[in-house]
Amino acid sequence: MRHATTNYDLPITEKLLVIACGMVAREVQGVVAKLGLTHIDLTCLPAEFHHKPSKIAPAMERAILKAKAAGYKQIFAGYAECGTQGALDKVLEKYCVKRIEGPHCFSFYIGNQNFIERDDRHLTHFFMTDFLAQHFRTFLIEPLGIDRHPELKEIYFGNYTHLHYIAQTENISLQNNAKDAAKFLGLHYSYEFTGYGDLGTALNQAAG
Amino acid sequence: MADDEIILSELPDDELVMQMMDDLYDGLKEEIVEGVNLLLERGWTPYSVLTDALVEGMRIVGEDFRDGILFVPEVLLSANAMKAGMFVLRPLLAATGAPKMGKMVIGTVKGDIHDIGKNLVGMMMEGAGFDVVDLGINNPVENYLAAIEEHKPDILGMSALLTTTMPYMKVVIDTLIEKGMRDDFIVLVGGAPLNEEFGKAVGADAYCRDAAVAVETAKDFMKRKHNSGLARV
Repeated sequence: MRHATTNYDLPITEKLLVIACGMVAREVQGVVAKLGLTHIDLTCLPAEFHHKPSKIAPAMERAILKAKAAGYKQIFAGYAECGTQGALDKVLEKYCVKRIEGPHCFSFYIGNQNFIERDDRHLTHFFMTDFLAQHFRTFLIEPLGIDRHPELKEIYFGNYTHLHYIAQTENISLQNNAKDAAKFLGLHYSYEFTGYGDLGTALNQAAG
Repeated sequence: MADDEIILSELPDDELVMQMMDDLYDGLKEEIVEGVNLLLERGWTPYSVLTDALVEGMRIVGEDFRDGILFVPEVLLSANAMKAGMFVLRPLLAATGAPKMGKMVIGTVKGDIHDIGKNLVGMMMEGAGFDVVDLGINNPVENYLAAIEEHKPDILGMSALLTTTMPYMKVVIDTLIEKGMRDDFIVLVGGAPLNEEFGKAVGADAYCRDAAVAVETAKDFMKRKHNSGLARV
């Protein structure tokens, strides 16, 4: 578990700890820096839980208990629902911890309301975030076994038509990565700069 | 040629079947097709090839997946190999009048294009002797209704991978209730974000956590249906 402290002068009891998915860690730090939320500390659960959502809620509970034992009084979950079948919300409710609204990070980056309104328009779009553009091979292709068995590509991605890169930062290198990924998967490439979307609002509200 | 290379055609039937199970486990598509054809050439019925080699092999794959020994990529490769074997067997099964367990209509719900789990269930159900009508992905309620009307299934299966699309299962089931069709068949639901509680909440007969459970649940329902039919006679 990674832990980043922003302001050593403040006592822990006056700080807000964000317990976030490793997939959004850099973005949480981006928002913290952009908005100058120097009383926010960040700790992360493994990004790999994206592939095994059943691990999120128990790990979150352990992280909350650890944070409370360390003295944090304000905690916020840097997660959406993330396919946890309601298990994450049960844990968060137990400890009065709030999370980012929405079903998953793709939605809150685009903006949850905007995401709902798009309805079927993006049905066959595979969403790529900055994190996925950065870690496409190690986070997706290798764990899915596509590097070892290229025939699996069609099984996993055969119903998608587009790779839609929703970018949190304007980064040419990541855009090139995303374009390469689209080519590798045989999908049309499209790009949209979303920035941090609802993540910024959520953190700002949580920070009070 | 390596000394230890196995020549399938030189193996006696029992060893060939064991080898096919290994090949299925390892996701070796071409070897499975070869094994299927060899057994057919040796006079095996298509149904025996299916049940003794392929289904039994996939049962082991399913168990090892559940026990955390195999992971998704390996299971998909195995399924792909079984699919290749099924491609050879499917027309022969129909032609030889293999026993039929019942009929299932299955599809991924509206707004969802994920079909890996659904395809696995369809294939395993077919392997278990069910006629499977696969509606594919992104199905509005109208598709289910039309397929039910046309095929008169014993089982309706719905799949979803997204938390945003799984509530659509309730839309389908509520429509079936409105039209007075709900009790004409059993409804099984499945998909990664679902659980038993959700299955009950939407009014399904059962939530199936994986393909093997779906098959067992379907068989169990068919047995009960058959028994209740006998009891009424």
